[in-house]
Amino acid sequence: MRQRKIIPGVDPKLLIKDAAKLMPDPSRRGFLRGAVSLGALTYLTGCDIIDGDTAEGILRKISEFNDGAQAALFSRTKLAPTYPESAITKPFPFNAYYDEDEAPVVDGKTYKLEVAGLVENKKSWTLDELYALPEVSQITRHICVEGWSAIGSWQGTSLAEFLKRIGADTQAKYVWFQCAEGYSNTIDMPTALHPQTQMTFKFANQILPRAYGFPMKIRMPTKLGFKNPKYVVAMEVTNNDKGGYWEDKGYNWFSGL
Amino acid sequence: MTAETIAMKQTGTTIHPRWVRLCHWINALAILVMIGSGWQIYNASPLFDFVFPRQTALGNWLAGALLWHFAAMWVLVINGIVYVTLGIVTGRFRRKLLPIRPAEVIADLKAALTFNLAHDDLSRYNAVQKLLYAGVILAGIVIVLSGISIWKPVQFQELTAVFGGYDAARYVHFFAMAAIVGFLVVHVALALIVPKSLRAMIIGR
Repeated sequence: MRQRKIIPGVDPKLLIKDAAKLMPDPSRRGFLRGAVSLGALTYLTGCDIIDGDTAEGILRKISEFNDGAQAALFSRTKLAPTYPESAITKPFPFNAYYDEDEAPVVDGKTYKLEVAGLVENKKSWTLDELYALPEVSQITRHICVEGWSAIGSWQGTSLAEFLKRIGADTQAKYVWFQCAEGYSNTIDMPTALHPQTQMTFKFANQILPRAYGFPMKIRMPTKLGFKNPKYVVAMEVTNNDKGGYWEDKGYNWFSGL
Repeated sequence: MTAETIAMKQTGTTIHPRWVRLCHWINALAILVMIGSGWQIYNASPLFDFVFPRQTALGNWLAGALLWHFAAMWVLVINGIVYVTLGIVTGRFRRKLLPIRPAEVIADLKAALTFNLAHDDLSRYNAVQKLLYAGVILAGIVIVLSGISIWKPVQFQELTAVFGGYDAARYVHFFAMAAIVGFLVVHVALALIVPKSLRAMIIGR
């Protein structure tokens, strides 16, 4: 059907099509409807043994249990493996639920990062102010929920340091990110404070191109790719789980690696 | 009904104790869910130039498949730990599966392929059975460990490294699945050819 090698040389065009495939089949009501009537269980019983809604409810509960299990497994100090420059995947894939030419165009001159919620200093940040923050760099593996992975090089500033700088309540449970195109993500505070969690302004030492999330991406090598938002325009420190684009559609909330 | 099974019934010999049967069927259900949902997950980013037919893949789409996969994994792993622990502690593995001698495997394989293999005593495994059962237990261990490597390549990165890294662990996971599916095809076919073996796994005798 498709020829794709997942290791180097990932074809970005195919990846875009892949992202579209992440979406549920629109012909089915409810994202899991049909799940129980298909596949292995049917072979065993020849009929639907559980009503679709019941199965969906149970599976969602187990997914919440898995959030807890993953939070327990998460180490605040364990670092994701890092790689030499020679290992960087070229070209690094563009990946979203829309085509590359539909990616948001953010004007860097007027851009301001809005900061909200449980923070002392709610001033918004211009790009120049953000670029002036101490720079950290990482070459880590981006792992997509689909299974493929790619190694990239990201530069920016530590989110933990930034949260300290703005007087965030780090006892709060979550940090929520809002993106220019309407995408969003909520992450747990331990991950927000992880030493490798980065407010990213550069890819391979160049200002983030539009495809990779200009002007700011949140890079978390401890989470699946879709938990790494691009085109971030606002963040909020909160005790309310505000969900996220894919999480609300049924993907596991924690999605830690 | 053969003389042997009648004799077994009379003496009340249990071929498969209750815990083996219970673990077997729980595992059967869990592994089918894991395979069906795993195929759907594979389809999202195929390792080879093929995808699994939609009708055989569980979960309808990637998110659904992942929910199934990460639910059934608990059943598979907990049941697997109980099974392997009891298999070792009760001495069943050693008694039933060991030793596996290559010469016997070859001889029994020849006999099996010419339909000359005896199935009179279900409580004793022939050499081919020993090899397959031991092999599938090993594949089960590999599929769980490679699965953990893919699921948690940061938290369990040492384990992931054992499999040669994240991408390589995906291939190991795939081939372990292929081995288990291959086993299943043979296993189910043979159980149907020798129905009393299926009965023994249900009622114990």
